[in-house]
Amino acid sequence: MMQKQDYDGPILEIDNLSISFFTRLGEIPAVMDFSCKVEKGKAVGLVGESGCGKSTVALGVMQDLGVNGKIVGGSIKFKGRDLNAMSDEELRDIRGSEIAMIYQEPMASLNPAMKISKQLMEVPMIHQGVNQKEAYDLALQVVTDVNLPDPERILSSYPHQLSGGQQQRIVIAMALMSKPSLLILDEPTTALDVTVEAGIVALVKELGEKYGTSMLFISHNLGLVLDTCDDICVMYSGEAVETGPIKEVFDKMRHPYTEALFRSIPLPGADKNARPLIAIPGNFPLPHERPNGCNFGPRCNYFAQGQCDKDVIDMAGVDVEHGHYSRCLKIEAIDWDAPLAAAVDTEVVEPGRTVLKVTNLRKYYEVAANALFGGGEKRVVKANETLSFEARESETLAIVGESGCGKSTLAKMLLGLETASDGTITLNGHDIESIGIQERNVETVSSIQMVFQNPFDTLNPSMTVGRQIVRALEVFGIGVGDEDRERRMLELLDLVKLPREFAKRKPRQLSGGQKQRVGIARAFAGDAQVVVADEPVSALDVSVQAAVTDLLMELQRKNKTTMLFISHDLSIVRYISDRVMVMYLGHVVEMGTTDQVFAPPYHPYTEALLSAVPIADTTVEREHIVLQGDIPSAVNPPSGCPFQTRCQHKDKVGNKCETEVPPLRLLADGHEMKCHLSDEFLDAMPPVIKLAQVS
Amino acid sequence: MNALTTWEIALHIIIQFAPVWVALGATLAVSIYYKDRLGLYGHLFDSSVGTIGLILVLFWVFTAIFADAIVTHDALAQISGMKNKRPGTAVRMAAEGAYEFYLLGGDNLARDIFSRMVMGSRAVLIIAPAATAFAFMVGITLGLPAGFRGGRLDTNLSFLANLVLAFPVILLFFLLVTPEIRSTGVPIYLAAVLFLFPVVFFVVLFQSRFYTQPMKRNIYVGVTLVLGLWAYSGLAFNADPLNVFYMEPNLLNIFVSVVFVNSPTVYRIVRGLAMDIKTRDYVSAAQTRGEGSWYIMLWEILPNARGPLIVDFCLRIGYTTILLGTLGFFGLGVSPESPDWGMTINEGRKLLSIYPHLAIPPALALMSLVLGLNLLADGLREQSLKD
Amino acid sequence: MWFFILKRSGVMLLTALCLTFVVFFLTNLYPNLEKLAKTQGNQRMSDAQVEQWLDDRGYTQPLLVRYGEWLGVVPSFRFTKEDGKTIGRCIKPAMDPVLAPNFCGVLQGDFGFSSVFKDNVSTIVGKRLGLTGWLMLFVMIVMVPMALIIGVLAGMREGSKLDRSLSTFSITTTATPEYVSGVLFIVIFASSAVGLKWFKGSSASAMTDITFANFTLPVMTMAFYGMGYIARMTRASMAEVMTAQYIRTARLKGVSFPNIVMKHALRNALIAPFTVIMLQFPWLLTGVVIVETLFNYKGFGWVLVQAASNNDIELLLSCSVVAVFVVLITQLISDIGYVFLNPRIRMS
Repeated sequence: MMQKQDYDGPILEIDNLSISFFTRLGEIPAVMDFSCKVEKGKAVGLVGESGCGKSTVALGVMQDLGVNGKIVGGSIKFKGRDLNAMSDEELRDIRGSEIAMIYQEPMASLNPAMKISKQLMEVPMIHQGVNQKEAYDLALQVVTDVNLPDPERILSSYPHQLSGGQQQRIVIAMALMSKPSLLILDEPTTALDVTVEAGIVALVKELGEKYGTSMLFISHNLGLVLDTCDDICVMYSGEAVETGPIKEVFDKMRHPYTEALFRSIPLPGADKNARPLIAIPGNFPLPHERPNGCNFGPRCNYFAQGQCDKDVIDMAGVDVEHGHYSRCLKIEAIDWDAPLAAAVDTEVVEPGRTVLKVTNLRKYYEVAANALFGGGEKRVVKANETLSFEARESETLAIVGESGCGKSTLAKMLLGLETASDGTITLNGHDIESIGIQERNVETVSSIQMVFQNPFDTLNPSMTVGRQIVRALEVFGIGVGDEDRERRMLELLDLVKLPREFAKRKPRQLSGGQKQRVGIARAFAGDAQVVVADEPVSALDVSVQAAVTDLLMELQRKNKTTMLFISHDLSIVRYISDRVMVMYLGHVVEMGTTDQVFAPPYHPYTEALLSAVPIADTTVEREHIVLQGDIPSAVNPPSGCPFQTRCQHKDKVGNKCETEVPPLRLLADGHEMKCHLSDEFLDAMPPVIKLAQVS
Repeated sequence: MNALTTWEIALHIIIQFAPVWVALGATLAVSIYYKDRLGLYGHLFDSSVGTIGLILVLFWVFTAIFADAIVTHDALAQISGMKNKRPGTAVRMAAEGAYEFYLLGGDNLARDIFSRMVMGSRAVLIIAPAATAFAFMVGITLGLPAGFRGGRLDTNLSFLANLVLAFPVILLFFLLVTPEIRSTGVPIYLAAVLFLFPVVFFVVLFQSRFYTQPMKRNIYVGVTLVLGLWAYSGLAFNADPLNVFYMEPNLLNIFVSVVFVNSPTVYRIVRGLAMDIKTRDYVSAAQTRGEGSWYIMLWEILPNARGPLIVDFCLRIGYTTILLGTLGFFGLGVSPESPDWGMTINEGRKLLSIYPHLAIPPALALMSLVLGLNLLADGLREQSLKD
Repeated sequence: MWFFILKRSGVMLLTALCLTFVVFFLTNLYPNLEKLAKTQGNQRMSDAQVEQWLDDRGYTQPLLVRYGEWLGVVPSFRFTKEDGKTIGRCIKPAMDPVLAPNFCGVLQGDFGFSSVFKDNVSTIVGKRLGLTGWLMLFVMIVMVPMALIIGVLAGMREGSKLDRSLSTFSITTTATPEYVSGVLFIVIFASSAVGLKWFKGSSASAMTDITFANFTLPVMTMAFYGMGYIARMTRASMAEVMTAQYIRTARLKGVSFPNIVMKHALRNALIAPFTVIMLQFPWLLTGVVIVETLFNYKGFGWVLVQAASNNDIELLLSCSVVAVFVVLITQLISDIGYVFLNPRIRMS
């Protein structure tokens, strides 16, 4: 048990770190020549896409690289001591007490068979030698610190009895039990809902300030890093490509990758027609296929043959005084302020006739009270409650909501995987709400298709890509004979911009983005009129999201398809959709055109949702509205308005919100909302996002 | 003539197995040379456990194939004066050209133990894999719909499966594998039901995939029906007009019992896998395409369950081998004189404290085969996880 | 929870009824009855005489009726022979026909009369079950802890040398059924061939007095085979748990390795093996039969073999009932235990 030292210098100093994994294919370098410094009391953001090595760096700091990983170069100094040179016992002393880590999936990080109290109490008992009673008191204190209500009940629960947000707070509490000097957070909010994420982020910042903990914040979300960190370090393919104070780097980026990254994320100023997202061409280099010279070279707009692909490139200073460095040979040469190349002028497509009409759609499930043992009264889960909307040709209607809002149930009903309890769904004049998928005729089936969320699961791993598309063609009755279908399949591959030889590959040889493209090709194989895209890009890397989103829009333009875009990512929604429908706990709480929904007046939930989405733009000011509590369960919905348990405005209407379900009100042309708030209040609502004046 | 010493016995045995060594060596050499192109089988050679298992299994497979060349005497022949003789005893008054020693001694009916052990492998290696394959057909055809569709079908089938599983195996064997039962025709009824499953399986397999192309479908289904029903009529009812497919009643009895006992476990495993895989997105994608249930079960779910199923197949052959040995041990084997390992052990155990050489060879033979199958299964599991 | 147990007990009863009916059906097929008639009566009876003999004793009644009689829900058959003597199912030898009860089936506690042992079935089964009970007790005491320890040690560091050797040992034990290991053990430890006579090759004396000498070999034979599967399941479960994220959390909290295994991993890893152990009972029954036959230990398994080989219908039926109930009860315990041990399910 060590006494904590006081140390004035940087808490964490990573110098030219190199980590490699040794597998049966040989040595695979994961991190190369990475340097980074975390000063006392500051937060450093480590940003990059999947596979860039940021999590490996974190595990390297904790010295937990598994059987195959090893640090092959450089040093990691914690408070001046080299972590790599420490014995197992010394490491055990430091872990949990001086350096603590928070992970991505809170449920998996907690022991399902141990009570929360025991898991928390372990930390001070090991590191400070306190007895059980003191440890329990400490645990109680920390649980209160992380803003969890009813701490005693929580301490005596098991992890699965808590919600995702609560679990993550417990993980944070566990990390802070011993007041560590360094906190490493590895994508702590990726698995959580947006509104819950906002709460966690606020908590982390608050605790950081309170305890003076230094933080290493790993994320792929640039906006989140802007909200929480002081410094930033951008990684690409195992190397740090740009480091510096966060505002500096965001405003004056000096590496082509950073620039490309920013251009591929939908910021408030982006517009699908005037200023479309620009995807980064090409793919990540595989670890054993890295090019000579600059790793980013093959995909870089400013690539100079003979210069950028020769020797190893070191970090060069951009503004050494402020600590801003970049790994690029052409920092001075590139004109960073040049306006974007004139975008391809895409004509704005006007929506056509109504293709899909949904009226008063309801879906109720009956669930046994006790799922395992059966028996007990049946309870009703109201998954969807009186949904009504229309979708027209060539239009993109976004359905926005967090988990439990009923968007998946809606998608299932549209596709026939479930039948409606009440209401109608009319597709091209036919009522399909009670016709399950097995009874639908081929025409109906091929008219409405779906793109799924998880690219890693969307393709059958045992079948080649080509065969899966051909099967879709077979079932939809398209093409006469095998050769005709082969030809059409190859044409579809061209359509989604995949090389033709992919037809013979198995899914595991494709990347996430490529798999998703195949999924899209499959959905469009039957010339579908309505495509339901269920979070199609959420599981993809940021730079790939742009490409897939662009592809969807292009296909829609060509085929005049109606697209129902289900997502929780409001940035992409703002970019891609014409109309937006916001759902909460089975109800539509707001609906209108994109401009109407994103500008006041808002439904309080929309307001909170908009304020929760991190935006990677230093010029944008955002209101911060943090919702208390969690999303209620659909089995036990709140009385009256579903949102009233978390609404910050509900006291303005007396207790109407708790007793009556709000009526659907028509505000402006096509703008609907379900809220009790008075017109005056709504008109006076300030906008959540204020864009800087663009000169 | 003098009896052989232990070393000489060993040497002679090794020489007798010559065809096996040659075949084994050739197979291994070719496999290792091409191992990168042979998929899961090729990867097996990266695992020491799997390789050893494979060698043991291949050893017995080749022994069964080349049995006729390996045996020194006829497995059923009794040579007077050789009763219970120790290993390596010379055969008195050996006929011209006959082998001169009982390499592993004689049993209490004066038959050569070595030859009986070698011939015993043939019986096991014909019945065990075939019975396991049939059990898999039954288990898959019933387990997939139970896991995928659930509902009442699942409840009823699972009740039946539990019923069979709750039945003590040994009791079932004693009740089913008797001459009296054979005369009532109960085994034939069971065979009629169980042997139909492979035919049904393949017909549904081809129908679900090719229904969009009637010409192709008709060819596949037609050929399956013709071959399948032909074999079915021969094996189950002994009604094959061309007399190619035939199973003698005793063997049929045993075969049916073993398939019946193994099917519920396979059913459970397949059902569990189906319930797990049906939650994947590609299954939902197939559903939204309007694919029929059987297509999804057979072409989307089943191929992705092949890892655990292949592993279980190997293990189950081993288990069936043990079951066959149990049957033999209680005298329920194919025929009283057959060199079935279980029966030989049973015969030998009565004199075990004085004449160990009676029961040890078949015991070790059985153990090595099952060990090989288990090691092979373990190696396959290891490698399929790395895929 | 109680509703659950009630439902399961109902299913259990239904299963027991179905299974005993199947046994009843199979043992009462005509060729078996014919054999019974010939052994009880006269080996040289003609077919017509066999038919008559069976008819007299009520064996030609419809199957369900006879099953009902055996259960004790249908009044039993009586028949008066030409010579005035009344015989019937419930009329035991030397019993006055008038006093004999009308119902004599399982529900009344009457399990019938054994034709092989010439005694009441309940007495026979009771006594022999007790003997087997002792055997099973010792087997479980030896097998379960050993298997769990081997599994945990192997699984806690997957791929290590310890793991490899223990795994190979476990795989070997699953490849040696009782008739193989028993034979090998007898030869090594109890025969004159190897000469190590540490134990006795026959456990007949253990029926009255259990000692190391006469009981070690049968216990070892059964434990040896049964241990392999449990050890493998435990190892797999342990290895899976050790790669779980929450174990990494514990490690990065600074918990030492022994504590990780004991306090964090075990609780989660032992859930699956528990159910496996309970579900091993049906296979253990087969093992009991083999071992008792091999070592001359005249317990329940041995009785079962005698009953089956001689088509002693009453005894066979009662043995089936016992066997089936043992299996079903262990299944029930396994299900309850799984729910109980897994906090996720227990608390929902």
